[in-house]
Amino acid sequence: MGKLSVNLCGIELDNPVIPASGTFGYGWEFAELYDINLLGTFSFKGTTREPRFGNPTPRIADCPSGMLNAVGLQNPGVDRVIDTELPKLAKCFNKPVMANVSGFSVEEYAETCARLDREPQVGWLEVNVSCPNVHGGGMSFGTDPKAAASVVQAVKAVTTKPVLIKLTPNVTDIVSIARACEDAGADGVSLINTLLGMRIDLKTRKPVLANTMGGFSGPAIFPVALRMVWQVAHAVSIPVIGMGGVSSAEDVLEMLMAGATAVEVGAANLVDPFACRNIIRSLPEAMERLGIESLKELTGGNRNG
Amino acid sequence: MKDSVFTILSQKLLTGAVYELKLRGDVSDITAPGQFVNLRLDGLYLRRPISVCDLEDDCLTLIYKVVGKGTAQLSRMYAGQSLPILTGLGNGYDLSLSGERPLLIGGGVGVPPLYLLAKRLRAAGKSVRVILGFNTASEVFYEAEFRALDCEVTVTTVDGSCGVRGFVTAALPADYTHVYTCGPEPMLRAVYKSIHTGGSFSFEKRMGCGFGACMGCSCKTITGYKRICKEGPVLQKEEILWES
Repeated sequence: MGKLSVNLCGIELDNPVIPASGTFGYGWEFAELYDINLLGTFSFKGTTREPRFGNPTPRIADCPSGMLNAVGLQNPGVDRVIDTELPKLAKCFNKPVMANVSGFSVEEYAETCARLDREPQVGWLEVNVSCPNVHGGGMSFGTDPKAAASVVQAVKAVTTKPVLIKLTPNVTDIVSIARACEDAGADGVSLINTLLGMRIDLKTRKPVLANTMGGFSGPAIFPVALRMVWQVAHAVSIPVIGMGGVSSAEDVLEMLMAGATAVEVGAANLVDPFACRNIIRSLPEAMERLGIESLKELTGGNRNG
Repeated sequence: MKDSVFTILSQKLLTGAVYELKLRGDVSDITAPGQFVNLRLDGLYLRRPISVCDLEDDCLTLIYKVVGKGTAQLSRMYAGQSLPILTGLGNGYDLSLSGERPLLIGGGVGVPPLYLLAKRLRAAGKSVRVILGFNTASEVFYEAEFRALDCEVTVTTVDGSCGVRGFVTAALPADYTHVYTCGPEPMLRAVYKSIHTGGSFSFEKRMGCGFGACMGCSCKTITGYKRICKEGPVLQKEEILWES
């Protein structure tokens, strides 16, 4: 194994860099830009049982060092993902992919996960209990330890693949949610999803986003994300995927030092479609400069310190 | 799509808040008129999308109106400065639909993408009519440039201070083979209702990435959900589904 490799819930990754869900589609479109096999893996677009158009537009607002989005889980539904998107992906990606799943009821989460469990290319299920942009689902499961645990149990019952729970930062105590997920059998947690935010257009005096509020991401949230990754990584013993504003090889290393096992990159992909490739390319040089021989020496290294 | 660094050759104020920016760089991925580029500006997080107005060898012309922070910052840049740009975005106009007498209708800052289109259509020997709509005489730009391409040009102004008084639809000719248009959505709707041929409509929407990754600019069409930045910005008349 190379010096960039890490192990995520029993599956070896060539490197810890993972494009985050919602910033990389179902992958195959990006294969036109570069060989996506150089990624550790990627987390595909949040998928629900039924197709969804998502929220009205505008769905995007620019912010200092970041952005707001209120896309609202637009996706073609799990059946189309299995019939159309995954076959296209299989032609250009020869690694396990992370399947990101969202839902509006415990049953829906379980049903969608059960279908994706049968897909050989799906390596992990990343269950999003943290989408801030849909009503009556998503984040409401991620803000209550009991509700989060009930999703974990329902999903674990229908799959043998590792289950990662994607957590929202929009809670008083993210550690208690992470612990509830671990106790309920989750194989890992990924954090943080976006921070709830909003902007107002000074000319119209109305919210910029049609959905009024949206999820704030980008470099501005990196310190918040890092702090939460640190807190969670020190409180649970399952792997943590760190994300939130990661934009450089140095950010990846910082996340790993905070206790993450792997790192997702989100908003940066939307500003630079080559962001993940560039981060992976610059990791060896950054490691050498900092005297890091292998990433595995970082992952988990500080977790109990 | 290509990410490369362009150098500013010139920047010129055309009218009140409309600027013409000429840049030199790698334009090889720009394949059709009506496509756009996405500019990365210092200190701003998301890129700013602007339609391609003209291409000449390795020189790219953009025309934009100052409407916010990004365009205001862009207007303060000058010759010699460099700008990272994603090029070759969007589908652009399909020249094969034009027929022999295409009609081009632009409103305000919807005019620029029609310029390269007119140039290509003229080069293909088409007889090109152009309607350029503005609010008032002081906002009119590129009339002479279109005339220099030997297009038949009509200017309309809402207040009648230049050309035909009224909206672009006040100047519709009787005979044309296809309509290519770009402008504010109320204008596009009016054009949609008024024309008797097929039409290619270029839409504007607030974008996140500009290359299809974020689903920020999705819209519903007769033929399914489309991303304005990827399957658009040009939609065909038959597929447009107007949101009320």
